[in-house]
Amino acid sequence: MSEQIASTGLVFDEPLLWERGRKGRQGFSMPVRDVEEFPLDSALLGDLPDLPDLSEPDVVRHYTRLSQWNFCVDTGMYPLGSCTMKYNPKVNEKVAALEGFTGAHPMAPSSLSQGVLKLMYDLEGILRDITGMDAVTLQPAAGAQGELTGMLLIHAYHRAKNATHTKIIVPDTAHGTNPASASLCGYRPVAVKSNENGILSTEAVSAVMDEDTAGIMLTNPNTLGLFEENVREIAQIVHDRGGQVYCDGANMNALMGMVDMGRTGVDVLHLNLHKTFSTPHGGGGPGAGPVCVKKHLEPFLPVPRVVFRNGAYGMDEEFPDSVGRLHAFYGNFGVMIKAYSYILTMGFTDLKKASQLAVLNANYIRKALTGVFHLPYDRFCMHECVFSDKFQREEKIITLDVAKRLMDFGFHPPTIYFPLVVDGAIMIEPTETESKETIDQFVSACKAIAREAKETPSILKEAPMKSKVKRLDETSAARRPCLAG
Amino acid sequence: MRYLPHTDEDISAMLEAVGVKCLDDLFPTVPESCRFIKEQTIPGPFTEWELNGHMDLLAKKQGVSSGYRRFIGAGSYEHYIPASVSTLLGRSEFVTPYTPYQPEISQGTLQAIYEYQTLVARLLGMEVANASLYDGASALAEALLMAVRITGKRKVAVSSAIHPHYRRVAETYFRPSGIEVVTLPCLENGRTDVATIDQFQDLAAVAVQSPNFFGCIEDLKGICERCDSNDLLSVISFTEPLAYGLLKNPGRQGAHIVCGEGRSFGLPLWFGGPGLGMFACRTKYMRNMPGRLIGKALDREGKSGFVLTLATREQHIRREKATSNICTNSSHCALAAVIYMATLGGTGMRELATLNRDKSEYLKKELRKAGFRIPFDAPTFNEFVVEFPTGFEQTHKRLLDKGIVAGLPLASFYPAMAGKYLLCVTETVSRNDMDELVREIRS
Repeated sequence: MSEQIASTGLVFDEPLLWERGRKGRQGFSMPVRDVEEFPLDSALLGDLPDLPDLSEPDVVRHYTRLSQWNFCVDTGMYPLGSCTMKYNPKVNEKVAALEGFTGAHPMAPSSLSQGVLKLMYDLEGILRDITGMDAVTLQPAAGAQGELTGMLLIHAYHRAKNATHTKIIVPDTAHGTNPASASLCGYRPVAVKSNENGILSTEAVSAVMDEDTAGIMLTNPNTLGLFEENVREIAQIVHDRGGQVYCDGANMNALMGMVDMGRTGVDVLHLNLHKTFSTPHGGGGPGAGPVCVKKHLEPFLPVPRVVFRNGAYGMDEEFPDSVGRLHAFYGNFGVMIKAYSYILTMGFTDLKKASQLAVLNANYIRKALTGVFHLPYDRFCMHECVFSDKFQREEKIITLDVAKRLMDFGFHPPTIYFPLVVDGAIMIEPTETESKETIDQFVSACKAIAREAKETPSILKEAPMKSKVKRLDETSAARRPCLAG
Repeated sequence: MRYLPHTDEDISAMLEAVGVKCLDDLFPTVPESCRFIKEQTIPGPFTEWELNGHMDLLAKKQGVSSGYRRFIGAGSYEHYIPASVSTLLGRSEFVTPYTPYQPEISQGTLQAIYEYQTLVARLLGMEVANASLYDGASALAEALLMAVRITGKRKVAVSSAIHPHYRRVAETYFRPSGIEVVTLPCLENGRTDVATIDQFQDLAAVAVQSPNFFGCIEDLKGICERCDSNDLLSVISFTEPLAYGLLKNPGRQGAHIVCGEGRSFGLPLWFGGPGLGMFACRTKYMRNMPGRLIGKALDREGKSGFVLTLATREQHIRREKATSNICTNSSHCALAAVIYMATLGGTGMRELATLNRDKSEYLKKELRKAGFRIPFDAPTFNEFVVEFPTGFEQTHKRLLDKGIVAGLPLASFYPAMAGKYLLCVTETVSRNDMDELVREIRS
């Protein structure tokens, strides 16, 4: 096979939906009217909705063509760092579509929802076990809402002790959403720099942790893909000065069965079911961001909580210290089913193996690309490794060019320009579901691109060449936004 | 394990390339004190066949529509989902990518969500809509936070007829930062008593829901005008977007920000989630909006395409000064909504909305005829409140045993509303179902 696995094929242009519409078409099987008409007060009556009318085949062809313009996990390797783009098992979709689940009404009496409630109750238990924490809420709808929940829990914990704080420590290797989540709780993020090894030192934390600081928001493994080796000592420092330790667990895919998060000293941890637990990313959601806590934070968890009492499952609102509610109902149950199904399919041994292989794949790439791209922190990484464009910049080639050129070779680009702590970062997370052959192809592509950067840099500047559209002008798009047609 | 492609030979070769002997050796940076050592209790592994059996058993413990007739909505409305919608949604190319950070190879998601933004803006009568938020509740919280940012005032007024769960979510978001929430009472007719806002100083916004939690259609024009004359922002929430297939939309009536739940459009009930936070506003507030936005762009050859835009509002760039912390949103749900809207079209949306209202009016009429009181006389869309006589709890229970969910008792949300039930009728309920409900209640 040639180096470039991407080929060109017949791809269709497709107009905007409303350009396809013709009044008088109908794509919906309208139920038979079996009641009389009840006139509506003309003061309430709106204009006919301004939506195009299409037939069912029109709609199907339109969105099928659009779908073919997307790169996805099912078409190729998608090594988007910190996003854990692993394979999304198909049986998960099948079981999530069972009528008992899709038809579960959230306001129905709990006697009609025993299957759903049992699934949630059991999933909480599983997540508790795999993290080593003491209690879980499944309510947050995504990672960032899980972070917010974590901050609310810490805020409520301090409030119960009549303590107020204005600051929270956020390392330079934390996830991008962390500062915004903290500020919703009125905390000002205080930046701490990672050390020469890319991790936090106890000294750096000790220097900023004071009585006015609510705690720390760690990401572990951090966004350099490195395990925070001093996490226990850091937690001790924070606890000694009255703070709480929040851990962003978006990168849990490196740690299943290997690390007991409970033992690392963290008080709150969020998980991303759409990363570690294989639920699909859906083009940007829906996700789910369960939050796991230690015993002392359990009273503050969001309500309602799933309970099992007198032989039946139910929802209980009566937790007076609770932070409140994060979701209109109980969180993204449709996502929970898929994560639960994944965990049961894997079992503990294969979950552990998944983490080990995710780490193996990342370290294999780290070794294979050393010298091809600049590796700012040359040490054992976890599930992802971070390079930079330092070598290529000599030829005026930057990370963006490398990323765009990777598309022509048939790969989704890695996460780029993040973490900010590495200038021109290229953050590669292969996940465990990519085979050695695929990774070897990816490595060959990277090497070929690095060669091109030296020999024929103009090719990289023109990339991507095989995609449906060429590089898009994002600057003009933001200057004069056109957000609706 | 079928999801893990590595053969033993692959693993050996890769370990050798990395320079270690076994998989455990890949974790030298994890201190012993952090290792997972406890006994594991996680069930599995299940074969695919075992898993299907296990999940079938759980699903069968559910009381769902094939065996039950449910007259409940309360923020979650049962609508028929066309097979074409589910089929398109199930395409891997839509299910398995992530946020379209690389536009050249994500044009499918980008154009679809641009179409979503456009149709949502049109349906609600607004100028811009974002690419989605989590659900209607967090959309309300985000809308009020946006109003606080725009006005610099830290007090908001929220109608007591907004879904109680939505109000609780907003309060949860606001509590640590000290944003004050005042609650507006309701009138006898089931609508919000907006005249009461005149008594508050320094309000950033007034939020109402229409149709509200009791199903009543609010006087949005009156509310928006009062907001304008008090120089504060009107935030219009909703739980049933189908209502705007029939009713005058909030934009036509002067709303500044409109936010609500879009799950009715092509998504299953799924015990309430995932939902779809719809969010729209006037262009002048665009740069204060939370969430992702997709805009038109040209490529180097002048060909038209789409990109994520106005990212400088967002958390990964503006950090703590971002307009929201949201990252992953409800993109696939937004896709469901746009495909559903395309399938209905404007004509179909009007017809389906009319049918929902007429069916609901039919049940209302039949219940009235049977001697039950409809306590609120404001007009409604597809749900309404009924007052049942003392002791109805027993009837409600008896009907449940017969597979009929005869509405939602309101007393647990509003203690003063004992005996009042919220009933919902959509196109999935037949006239026979309604006649049987009335017969059973009377017997």
